[in-house]
Amino acid sequence: MDLSQAYSMMMTDLGATLFLLIVAVSGLVLVVFDAFKPRHVATPWIAGLALSAGFVIEMMSIGAPEGLAWYDMMRTGGSAAFVNSLVLGSGALSIILTVPYLKKIGHNIGEVYAMILFATVGMLVLGAANNLVTVFVGLETMSICLYILTGFVRSESGSTESALKYFLLGAFSTGFFLYGIALIYGATGSMEFGAIRIAAEQSAGVMFWGGVSLLLVGFLFKVSAAPFHMWTPDVYQGAPTTITGFMSTASKAAAFAALVVVLWKALPAERWADVLAVFAVITMVIGNVIALSQQNIKRMLAYSSIAHAGYVLVGLASGSQAGYSGALFYLMVYTIMNIGAFGVLALLEWDGKEGSEQTLESLAGVGYRKPFLGWTMAVFMFSLSGFPPLAGFLGKWAVFAPAIDADLVWLAIIGVLTSAVSAYYYLRVLVVFFMKPEGENSPMAEHSFDIPRSSAAVLIACVVLLVVFGVTTFALDVTSGFFAADTVTQFLG
Amino acid sequence: MNIPYLTSIVIFLPLAGALLTMLSRSESAIKWSALGVTSLTFLVSIGLWMGFDPAISTSMAPQLADMTGSWFPDMFDIKYYVGVDGLNLLLIMLTTLLGPIVVLSSWTYIGKSHKPYYTLLLILQTGVTGVFASYDIFLFYIFFELTLIPMYFIIGIWGGENRIYAAVKFVLYTLVGSLLMLVALIYLGYAAGDAINAGVFTTDWFKLVAFQMPVDMQSWLFLLFALAFAIKVPLFPLHTWLPDAHVQAPTGGSVILAGVLLKMGTYGLVRFCLPFFPNAAQEYAMMFAVLAVIGIIYGALVSRAQSDAKKLVAYSSVSHLGFVVLGIFAFTAEAMQGAMIQMINHGISTGALFLIVGMLYERRHTREMSDFGGLAKSVPVLTFFMILSVLASAGLPGLNGFVGEFLILIGSFKSTVLDSLFLVALATTGVILAAVYLLYMVFQMFWGPLDKEENATMKDLNARELVLLLPLAALMVIMGFFPAPFLAKSEPAVQDLLQKIETKRVAAALEAAESDEMTQWTPDAESVGVIEEIVANTDSK
Repeated sequence: MDLSQAYSMMMTDLGATLFLLIVAVSGLVLVVFDAFKPRHVATPWIAGLALSAGFVIEMMSIGAPEGLAWYDMMRTGGSAAFVNSLVLGSGALSIILTVPYLKKIGHNIGEVYAMILFATVGMLVLGAANNLVTVFVGLETMSICLYILTGFVRSESGSTESALKYFLLGAFSTGFFLYGIALIYGATGSMEFGAIRIAAEQSAGVMFWGGVSLLLVGFLFKVSAAPFHMWTPDVYQGAPTTITGFMSTASKAAAFAALVVVLWKALPAERWADVLAVFAVITMVIGNVIALSQQNIKRMLAYSSIAHAGYVLVGLASGSQAGYSGALFYLMVYTIMNIGAFGVLALLEWDGKEGSEQTLESLAGVGYRKPFLGWTMAVFMFSLSGFPPLAGFLGKWAVFAPAIDADLVWLAIIGVLTSAVSAYYYLRVLVVFFMKPEGENSPMAEHSFDIPRSSAAVLIACVVLLVVFGVTTFALDVTSGFFAADTVTQFLG
Repeated sequence: MNIPYLTSIVIFLPLAGALLTMLSRSESAIKWSALGVTSLTFLVSIGLWMGFDPAISTSMAPQLADMTGSWFPDMFDIKYYVGVDGLNLLLIMLTTLLGPIVVLSSWTYIGKSHKPYYTLLLILQTGVTGVFASYDIFLFYIFFELTLIPMYFIIGIWGGENRIYAAVKFVLYTLVGSLLMLVALIYLGYAAGDAINAGVFTTDWFKLVAFQMPVDMQSWLFLLFALAFAIKVPLFPLHTWLPDAHVQAPTGGSVILAGVLLKMGTYGLVRFCLPFFPNAAQEYAMMFAVLAVIGIIYGALVSRAQSDAKKLVAYSSVSHLGFVVLGIFAFTAEAMQGAMIQMINHGISTGALFLIVGMLYERRHTREMSDFGGLAKSVPVLTFFMILSVLASAGLPGLNGFVGEFLILIGSFKSTVLDSLFLVALATTGVILAAVYLLYMVFQMFWGPLDKEENATMKDLNARELVLLLPLAALMVIMGFFPAPFLAKSEPAVQDLLQKIETKRVAAALEAAESDEMTQWTPDAESVGVIEEIVANTDSK
């Protein structure tokens, strides 16, 4: 390959991953900018615009056929573009919610926005990876930024504690992950997904399956599936609320997307479907049952996010094209619901980290004081518990129907029963908001709960999206085109 | 009369009205717009009654149907498909009739947060009408669940002391049933799609009815469907959410709950369980009939033991709906017809009872029967309506309740599926018990000495209350004396449905017997000889 050819190839690849370039460069610019103009108004604007630009670019390439870039290290178009838009959209909405939130808790630090951008870069690399090394690089970039974001409110011991916990456990799981990659490389001689599959189909020994198991442990940790979920409640509760919203949606979507692609392209399907089904059951049961007893909404939503990871695993366990694409659709719906729910919480908290002092009960009657927040929360809760005609229902449909089609009826039955359990704690939020009267000397009285216009717009957008995706089917149509069987062979050459 | 999209208009007009109430500013604007929209919906729905011709429906063809293409072409055959036939016409009419009555009954009863209340009420009406009108079971499921959300808030926000417990219990009970039904529904859709729809998942009611399901597949699917509907009916022993929900709900909520929400369960049994799974339905018919009769007698006995008038009426629903379930599982045309008409009757008479108890509660803020007494002297007009409703509910000949119960009982006596005179005789005692507990309530509250000051000065019905009770009272008399026009609407459909069920059941049973023979047949010595001979002949040729 001569130089000019290499140069033109590089330019093509840069064009294909332009969104990544924009976000990464803007992050670097922000770090420098913040050093000279600390806490400048423009900082969040730059971050938000970078993410929005990336979002628009990737939205437009969802329809493009799946392709590869950077010497087959990354995937472009199709499902990769879908996950990237999800991550970028989640990041952009989170930034809009974060600006007033940081002012409220008095930690208006410019680096936060740079960190969100860098974390997004990691997620984008992770979601679009086509090689285990790319997966690892993305995973680490994302994780390190998230450790920092969790703990940036240094004055709060809860925040610091959760950051440390996240860091230690996360580092441990990374070890598993890396060891898994090493074993798979040893067994197959490759780290590229398609090549791994070809080698594994010829001969797959103990070393290969050992590597796969360790890899799965690493993934299940990142998507907070039980029994690797222990860090989730502490971290989600301790982190600043809007950051939790970002973390629980974008990082989960990216990690799941990488897992889906690994399962779809790299691992022969028959062997691990049952394993995933078992993990799905454990995750759904543990998440939903423990959430029942939580007194703090943020912690409850953390357990609920564990349960939702279980629903996505149900889709993966079916091992079919419909299951994988259903999982991606579910992740999109889940992202919208959770950004909204954490957005409402961020506006309702008064001690800076809805947690140690502020319980669910202390918000009794808030639905009357702030009807806007109350009714938007109602939409998010009903969607999370999967009531039609909201998108949460169609999401559950998208993951449970393929499982039933794959003769996993028992799994679907356990899934819907646990989701009936989940209705109890989601509805409890509404019980407290609307059905309990405000106490005599409720601490709420001292707070005005101002709703900035920007936050209100985000919440309204989430509600509208949930209704639109619930009653129309075009989004499900788009995702169902992903992971077609013929694209696998195309990759395999 | 031929208005395009008439059925869809009847379904979605209340939803459009919900937008109107949401935008209204003042309390009276909200109330009047709610009343206007529900009344308009009722007037429009009369078009359904006029436009529906029972003679055509012998082939179960929906009339005034609206249908779109599939929502997910190629993947799932799921579509918006609504219409009217003999099975759902009367229930849709009952829903639209109760709409304005419920709004009127809430006029002064609801003291706080008017806007969300009337908005939710209108959304609820869209949900219920949609449930009855759907010909696509996926669509049915969406409407079925849609009714939960407004009812949850109506009980939970505007209910009595124990409202939160009641609201959550109501939602969780229904949700467990309906989610299990969802699993069965998805399985059914795939199975039917593979068999008759070129591999495309389908939830079209007509295709599912045409789908010949193997007998061994029917049982568990039937049980999952039937569980969801049995909870909703509610069938003994799944009824415990009902008294809680009824007692805690505001009057308007109780009327909708008793009037139409419970009918979603019995309607679901008729529309889906029987024609989809005829063999399993007959296999389990006895079990459901026994539970229904236990419900009839248990509900009646518990009603007699109540001291709270609203609780008494609530338990009477358990008893009355037991009759409906008995009629459904008798598999005779008379009993099925009786069940159809009894659903309407129960909606009218129990609805009226809840309205009157609610009016008394508004006046006295108590529902304890011992707090009343001698009301006949102080409020004669209210007493008249109460006694009329009680007699209708108890099944006095000449009033509507008699028609349904009589048809159900003679149909069940004739039934070859149930074939147990003892069971039906036991059910008949339920009619007597109904008279006992209902008249006991009348004696306690309306007869006897007028010894309490508050009761003596009680105001009689005002114009608004009169207006909302009159149509119900008129229907009780009209349907009692002239049931024919009402029965005629559903008769061809019921006949046709039973015919379809029987044909499908026999075909599936035959198929099962054949495949049984195939697997169990072991060749004896003689047939082995014959086979060998044939083989030898073939070889030589």
